[in-house]
Amino acid sequence: MASLRCFLRSGKKAVTAVLRREFHGTPPAAVQVTVRDALNQAMDEELERDERVFLLGEEVAQYDGAYKVSRGLWKKYGDKRIIDTPITEMGFAGIAVGAAMAGLRPICEFMTFNFSMQAIDQVINSAAKTYYMSAGLQSVPIVFRGPNGASAGVAAQHSQCFAAWYGHCPGLKVVSPWSAEDARGLLKSAIRDDNPVVFLENELMYGVPFEMSEEVQSKDFLIPIGKAKIERQGTHITLVSHSRMVSLCLDAAAVLAKEGIECEVINMRTIRPLDAEAIETSIMKTNHLVTVEGGWPQFGIGAEILARIMEGPAFNYLDSPAVRVTGVDIPMPYAKILEDNSVPQIKDIIFSIKKTLNV
Amino acid sequence: MRKMLTIISNVLRGSASRNGARVVVSARTYADFTPQASFDIKKCDVHKLEEGPPLQAVLTREEGLQYYRTMQTIRRMELKADQLYKQKIIRGFCHLYDGQEACAVGIEAGINLSDHLITAYRAHGYTLTRGGTVREIMAELTGRRGGIAKGKGGSMHMYTKHFYGGNGIVGAQVPLGAGVALACKYLGKNELCVCLYGDGAANQGQIFETYNMASLWKLPCIFICENNKYGMGTSVERAAASTDYYKRGDFIPGLRVDGMDVLCVREATKLAAEHCRSGKGPILMELQTYRYHGHSMSDPGISYRTRDEIQEVRSKSDPISMLKDRMLSNNMASVEELKEIDVEVRKEIEDAAQFATTDPEPPLDDLCNHIFYNDPPMEVRGTNPWTKLKSIS
Repeated sequence: MASLRCFLRSGKKAVTAVLRREFHGTPPAAVQVTVRDALNQAMDEELERDERVFLLGEEVAQYDGAYKVSRGLWKKYGDKRIIDTPITEMGFAGIAVGAAMAGLRPICEFMTFNFSMQAIDQVINSAAKTYYMSAGLQSVPIVFRGPNGASAGVAAQHSQCFAAWYGHCPGLKVVSPWSAEDARGLLKSAIRDDNPVVFLENELMYGVPFEMSEEVQSKDFLIPIGKAKIERQGTHITLVSHSRMVSLCLDAAAVLAKEGIECEVINMRTIRPLDAEAIETSIMKTNHLVTVEGGWPQFGIGAEILARIMEGPAFNYLDSPAVRVTGVDIPMPYAKILEDNSVPQIKDIIFSIKKTLNV
Repeated sequence: MRKMLTIISNVLRGSASRNGARVVVSARTYADFTPQASFDIKKCDVHKLEEGPPLQAVLTREEGLQYYRTMQTIRRMELKADQLYKQKIIRGFCHLYDGQEACAVGIEAGINLSDHLITAYRAHGYTLTRGGTVREIMAELTGRRGGIAKGKGGSMHMYTKHFYGGNGIVGAQVPLGAGVALACKYLGKNELCVCLYGDGAANQGQIFETYNMASLWKLPCIFICENNKYGMGTSVERAAASTDYYKRGDFIPGLRVDGMDVLCVREATKLAAEHCRSGKGPILMELQTYRYHGHSMSDPGISYRTRDEIQEVRSKSDPISMLKDRMLSNNMASVEELKEIDVEVRKEIEDAAQFATTDPEPPLDDLCNHIFYNDPPMEVRGTNPWTKLKSIS
């Protein structure tokens, strides 16, 4: 009798399993991948694909990466292709740019983009401008990558967002992934791009898992630089964001959906060139715009988006002034309560949406 | 044989004067000239090196004529640029190289065209020795479409194959050069990179960062400090706690070289190149040289140094005169022959200047091109929201 019950139970399990597979419709090979692992895999595959690609930066080799993004790469590829540098950003960024000029395809890691300020002359004057100054004689196929923006408790000198600074300069492509899929597809595109690409990661996103379909896992999965993605369809208002703030926008949208407000959430993916068309198309549908960023307000990402919308066809579709949600205009404080109140929270986004919609 | 040649040359000379045409005829035949000679060169001070270059250099007649021609071309090209600048046909920054010709020519004589080179903004001489033509250099200075960078770079941003400019930010070219050297080592083609900077740049932090990494990773990099005694208006004594620039690499072996003597520069470069190619890592050379012009065309160059000093260098150490005297006194060339080269060079410069002043400026629709390489065409915002300009790779 017991064995019969066992048999029936296992049979029921089997049937449910089959039913579950069919109802969900997810390809069996979808996996959960953290942003960190997505970056790691992307670099691994590109290192394998093209022997001119190499990685240099502080602690990228034997330490496996300050944030473990390059874990395992030194073991696999050795000293020639994964290079630990001394703590000399200006020097090694310049060396990376020179190597790119002479035919290699370097990935130059800044431990955080705050340290890139020491090397910013090499990024702008040696990398970004050279193809133009040489009228096409000298290209610079380089990727500068690393965590950007606020982290947790690292205080003022380690929390600045550089999206606006780099986004300002012609000759650079500036990319800001949010999800694991973004990280993977955009990093591959950046490495294969023949131009200088600034790749702004986010430390707080490194450990966040995302589902990755089989298509995304393929070795040649690329996300085109310069194209935004609509993460959530909506009709009442357009939210435009990049990097970690996309998560907060989606959370705010989920809360507001319960009140009958449907937000369209656009993940910019690329800062420069900015996909203004995607934003305009959305505004023509929703008639309202709120941008959300972690960086400072003045002369920032939101400022640029709003200016473009003013100057473009979507202005006529706005039913209320577009507004920006940004970090507070102060150096980042240390104490948790202060830090939490220095960056946009979900409630700030909801508040701004309701003000814009006048509800 | 000699008698026959003399007869032939006499006949030719005779017919030339009869026709009244100016025929190029050497008064003496090639067999008369010394094919090569050995010259004493100054001993180089060394730092962490067993020995410097040999104290004698062998110069062949061919080499001598070629060095003479190239140095004279640089000299005349720079003087022409001076003229054009004063006529306001060249504008902006213009940093002239006259006086330092032995450096560019001597270095190139010690390496191959397949090697790599990068320098700062005093770059016209190197653009030439690295394969650029006077025409395209001058047209770049005047900002015309026939310029080496299509008029978009100007004086400080000229590029050719294996020559990475022309760099405007003082000292930034040094890490770049080490990066080129890293690529040389990585790709295993036995090439090296010559990485130049001035006495002013020598105090830059990024240069010391570069010394460190180049040495750690044994990059095939020849660091060369062109010490012309003044960083803009500041003499070396006022800028550097140690003016022994060849020692400033500390753990990197160095040598101090007479930069006014093309043979000294060549021999030192050969030694340095051998050092790099044998995998020993970087090496540093200080070339003691002098610029006749001020820092740039906006600097008369006499507020921080005396006219006497400039005149003294011109009369006692001019690189072109030095080579000329050596060749003439050793019967390696004739006065007429060298004069002929001068005439040819002058003509080349005149033609180039003519081209540089008559070639049209770049077309306006080139304005936004060359932002990105290998990209589809894109739109670039003009000065106002309605102006959308086109950019092609």
